[in-house]
Amino acid sequence: MTDWRFTARQLVKNPLSLIGVVLIGIFIIIAIFAPLIAPTPAGHHDPYMIPRDGYWAEPKPPSAEHIFGTTQGQYDIFYGVIWGARTAFRVALIVIGITILIGIVLGSLAGYFGGVLDEVIMRITDVFMAFPWLILAMALVAVLGPSMKSVMIALILVWWPSYARLIRGDILQVREEDYVEAARGLGASSGRVIMRHVLPNAIYPALIMASLDIGAVVLSAAALSFLGLGAPEGYADWGQLTQFAQNWISGPLSDPLKYWYAVTIPGLFIFFFVLGWNLLGDAFRDIFDPRLARR
Amino acid sequence: MELRSYIIRRLLLLIPVLFGVTLFIFGVTMLFSPIERASLYVSGIRDLSDLPGIIERFGLDKPFFTQYGTWITQVLHGNLGWSLAVGMPVWDAIRSFLPATLELAIFAAPLVVFTGIFLGTRAAAHKDKSIDHVTRILAISGWSLPTFWLGLILMMVFYSLLRGFFPPGRLSVEMDFVVHSAGFIRYTQINTIDAILNLNGPVLLDALKHLILPVITISTVNIAFIMRLMRSSMLESLGKGYILTARAKGLSERVVVNKHARRNALIPVITVSGYVFAGLASGAVITESIFTYKGIGWWAYQAASRLDIASVLGFALFTGVLFVLVNLVVDILYTRVDPRVRLGGGVQ
Repeated sequence: MTDWRFTARQLVKNPLSLIGVVLIGIFIIIAIFAPLIAPTPAGHHDPYMIPRDGYWAEPKPPSAEHIFGTTQGQYDIFYGVIWGARTAFRVALIVIGITILIGIVLGSLAGYFGGVLDEVIMRITDVFMAFPWLILAMALVAVLGPSMKSVMIALILVWWPSYARLIRGDILQVREEDYVEAARGLGASSGRVIMRHVLPNAIYPALIMASLDIGAVVLSAAALSFLGLGAPEGYADWGQLTQFAQNWISGPLSDPLKYWYAVTIPGLFIFFFVLGWNLLGDAFRDIFDPRLARR
Repeated sequence: MELRSYIIRRLLLLIPVLFGVTLFIFGVTMLFSPIERASLYVSGIRDLSDLPGIIERFGLDKPFFTQYGTWITQVLHGNLGWSLAVGMPVWDAIRSFLPATLELAIFAAPLVVFTGIFLGTRAAAHKDKSIDHVTRILAISGWSLPTFWLGLILMMVFYSLLRGFFPPGRLSVEMDFVVHSAGFIRYTQINTIDAILNLNGPVLLDALKHLILPVITISTVNIAFIMRLMRSSMLESLGKGYILTARAKGLSERVVVNKHARRNALIPVITVSGYVFAGLASGAVITESIFTYKGIGWWAYQAASRLDIASVLGFALFTGVLFVLVNLVVDILYTRVDPRVRLGGGVQ
């Protein structure tokens, strides 16, 4: 418990990580209260589909009705970015959750038993890691059809190897500890030793890394959506909103920045979301770096 | 271990990795039914009635390993297949799009590595001073920027606001004409280098103007990354005993930082720089797509979005080979930077 209190105190002491905590807090509030901040219009079935105001292609500037304006196809930008926060958290939590599960299972098998099993699992991770993730994801999404589910599957497939390796490494260290030896000596089964003695002591770094990867996952998902490989058209998703703006980076001669709102606003949401996690991550690294031990 | 046998052993290791990568992609594409895959070869309405013929001709309904075997045999004979996305053989596509991407990498890689090392060194040497805080904020911000969005913003400001001063593409129409004219010899297909060799100023200027925005876009994230890595590596190095010795000898702080600490701090940065270069050369997918900069990343994106299986497999092979080769070069460089490291073994 004192560990957590120490961590929390360190985080609040550093202004940068404090900004990170605040940013993440704001996004959590936005995601939870999305139905109140941007109410779904009556008669609109799926709240994750952005309501549109006509079918005209040209974005409309901010107005009383559309605070952030509308983007290409008259999708309301404000509604899109607010509900997009929910999409971001959902994608991140699902991807990270499943990745870490796969990582734990394969990593502990490889680390605890070693030998041929270890060799095989590690060579598989080599293959996945040697591969350009974006192309792998693009091929998968192309096959499975563009949807949020395909994006998540693709991200899980490219993300799990690093967790499997990390957990394997931690387990290799813990495996040799005396208390593990003792448990084995008392006749505990391999499963019990792994679940009760090795994992709880090996998993902490992986959990920290996982929580900090949320920003990176959202960034990658947004990139896929931006390339038109993610959500169906009109889904509340920051990457897609940015893609809508791609055709509107330059306005008419008299007003070159005419569509600035369509270009900047969705990207700013991605940026601040990722920034929040990265600021937190930076602080965590300082706190947990054993070389900068508590003084 | 002797250098040559080490290289041979590493190149042999390339084979299983490439098998794995291609098997995986091939497996993914096999999720399509033969009819769907056959329809990719359809070019006109007349072919449509001939779908069974196409399936027959290309053996699209054969078992998985038979089809994979056919493909591998072709590859070993130097035939990577036909790229539907750009209408030329895959091998020709790689050869014709690679120079553009190399050009991007040639400009971006030194920018990334030198800026990153310089700023990282300064930040570590002045830890907790203002330069450390400023670079830290810059690095974390740069690291959080969505590449595609940065590209759009840069285009909005520098292309749209400044009236097309930094246009997308590789060359303007007139200069493209010059480059393809008889008097201009394309030695390398890399526009800037060719322009210098041909002593053609306007082409050089035009090519540079087209390069600036993509180079900035692709470098920002990587500079942030190298900078943070260099900083932490430097901090570790500065805490070592030999630094204390150097200071005790009365050496100036500059010599201590630049000679004693930085040399040793560079080791992890070199590894990562290798990856950064391989990443730049293989996967500038997003940047090249935004700026319609027709390099290998642009081609790969076109191929993947059009289900051009032969191209995606070709690209996968290409990047796989590139990553392993870069890794090899990095490992050999290691032995030059750090004499304690032996090839094929750990630190002595």
